[in-house]
Amino acid sequence: MSATVTAAARASRGTRVSPLRKRADQFGDRAMFGICLLAALIAGGAIFLVGYQIVHGAQPAISKFGLAFIYETTWQPNFGEFGAGVLLFGTAVTSAFALLLGAPIAIAIGLFLTLLAPRGVGAVIGPLVELLAAIPSVILGFWGLVVLAPFVQEHVEPFLHNNFGFIPIFGAPQTTGLSVFTASLILTIMVVPIIASISRDLFRSVPRELQDGAAALGATRWEVVRGIVLPTTSSGVIAACILGLGRALGEAIAVSQVIGAGSEIKANLFAPGSTLAGQIALQFPGALTELHKAALFYCGVILLVIGLIANLLAGWIGRRFSYSGAVNW
Amino acid sequence: MSGGLVPDPTAPLTPSGNLRRRQIVSRVAEVVATGAAVIAIAALVIVIWTVVSRGASAISLDFLFTGYPTGVGPMLLGTVVIALVATAIAMPIGVLVALFITEYSGAKGARTMKLTLDLLNGLPSIILGLFAFVFIVAAQEKQTAFAGSVALAIIELPLIARGSQEVLQLVPGNLREASDALGIARWRSTLTVVLPSALGGIVTSTILAVARAAGETAPLILTTSAFDPNSFSINPFEALPNVPTWIYKVSEEGNPNGYAEAWGMSLILVSIILFASLGARALLARSKRKLSS
Repeated sequence: MSATVTAAARASRGTRVSPLRKRADQFGDRAMFGICLLAALIAGGAIFLVGYQIVHGAQPAISKFGLAFIYETTWQPNFGEFGAGVLLFGTAVTSAFALLLGAPIAIAIGLFLTLLAPRGVGAVIGPLVELLAAIPSVILGFWGLVVLAPFVQEHVEPFLHNNFGFIPIFGAPQTTGLSVFTASLILTIMVVPIIASISRDLFRSVPRELQDGAAALGATRWEVVRGIVLPTTSSGVIAACILGLGRALGEAIAVSQVIGAGSEIKANLFAPGSTLAGQIALQFPGALTELHKAALFYCGVILLVIGLIANLLAGWIGRRFSYSGAVNW
Repeated sequence: MSGGLVPDPTAPLTPSGNLRRRQIVSRVAEVVATGAAVIAIAALVIVIWTVVSRGASAISLDFLFTGYPTGVGPMLLGTVVIALVATAIAMPIGVLVALFITEYSGAKGARTMKLTLDLLNGLPSIILGLFAFVFIVAAQEKQTAFAGSVALAIIELPLIARGSQEVLQLVPGNLREASDALGIARWRSTLTVVLPSALGGIVTSTILAVARAAGETAPLILTTSAFDPNSFSINPFEALPNVPTWIYKVSEEGNPNGYAEAWGMSLILVSIILFASLGARALLARSKRKLSS
């Protein structure tokens, strides 16, 4: 553009724009850049500030218990004994179970929306599935407590126990229906919309010609999915699952409402349990001693580290191996 | 097809053997995929149906506008105040971050900022509650709604920034070039040309972020949970009553007497959030279409 500006034009422009205006514009440009940079620095600084404050809050517990906190299984606030072993176990079991149940459903929904649903149906069902993620976790947890838990206790748990009781995870049902199993079901509901919407976008990015080519060679719809769609998007789908896992690991409210606050490691899914995030939500408001609070902050540190790793990993897998780079959030 | 075997030309054209098996597998896969979608929609319908059917009977004018125990006005008011303060913090920063990404940072800076926003977005909300507690509540030695708003602002920030950035990127380059050609300074064209044409998208991203933050509970139980359920206060520097904390408390106490109110509040919260998300989504799609056409 500047190449077309002749000397004469520049001269006439110089007479039209007052020096005052020019200086104001220079200042404005710099100020605008400065403000935007400041906002970016605030956003970046927020992460470090959050991390620093959480570690700072956990300091007393870190110096008292050290790394043994991670595998110790006693949690007795009255005696000043804290270990996150039970909580880590509960977190791992609920999240893994939610992912095991949710990921296949979510991927199937993604396939349904891209390959099977007629355009009008897909345009309605896609947003509806995403709405599932918009329901506040406290309301989902309340629903879990009042509606889902009794149903699970009366119908699902006895059925699974009677038919598959020989597997230790389907042990004897407890009285309330508040259990690791119910918490996992609630987490499944939260994980499905995340994975489904990302995998739908991924499946859409698979080139049409590849799919049509396979179909022209005689592949059935399922073979197109098995042979073309899933292999080209597998890394992105894995990244989506890790993002979903991160969501499940960090969910505090809904889990603490339905998990029943157990304090032992049990193989039985129908027993109550507890998770890192849930324990913070349950006990922090009533924590009396500084050490108790610090121990809960320590749980937060563990959660933060796991969460950051999950997000970085998902981003890295998405970028490094993705066919199209479609997972970019 | 083994060699030398000639198919009977009069046989009907139905698949058999291996082809038949493959078609059945494909058919089963289709049914499973459809079933998965049906399960998800069923879960949504069951949850919303429960909230509507149990909450509708609780709602009346008194319920909306009077204090506890006849109504939940203070909780609704407090939630609005907390969400507004959070948005007032998050929106300017979010939009400026988006402007930084699209107008100033190079490709490398943009990648770093996007990664930062993704990490912020991935922080569990209970962590932000702990942060707001130690950073503001513990420092001031009292619970404030403001502390909750700060935590919610951190939740909203990446959503607003990513949404705005996507819309800003759709603003046609020739608009910027045209204003450059008129000799308008960069900052003036940013403020008077680029931002206004992306305004619709920015507002709708903000609405989506508010809808997400309004139902967040974890930060609020650590920052603004000890409140008087009868005070119609709008002062964010004290603990304000709010809907999510109340529902959480009711479910923790497990006393069915409070359930009717909790369902009523759930209904109000869910309907606001769902309508806001649906409406904003439709508007966002529309303004993106308009910008990219």
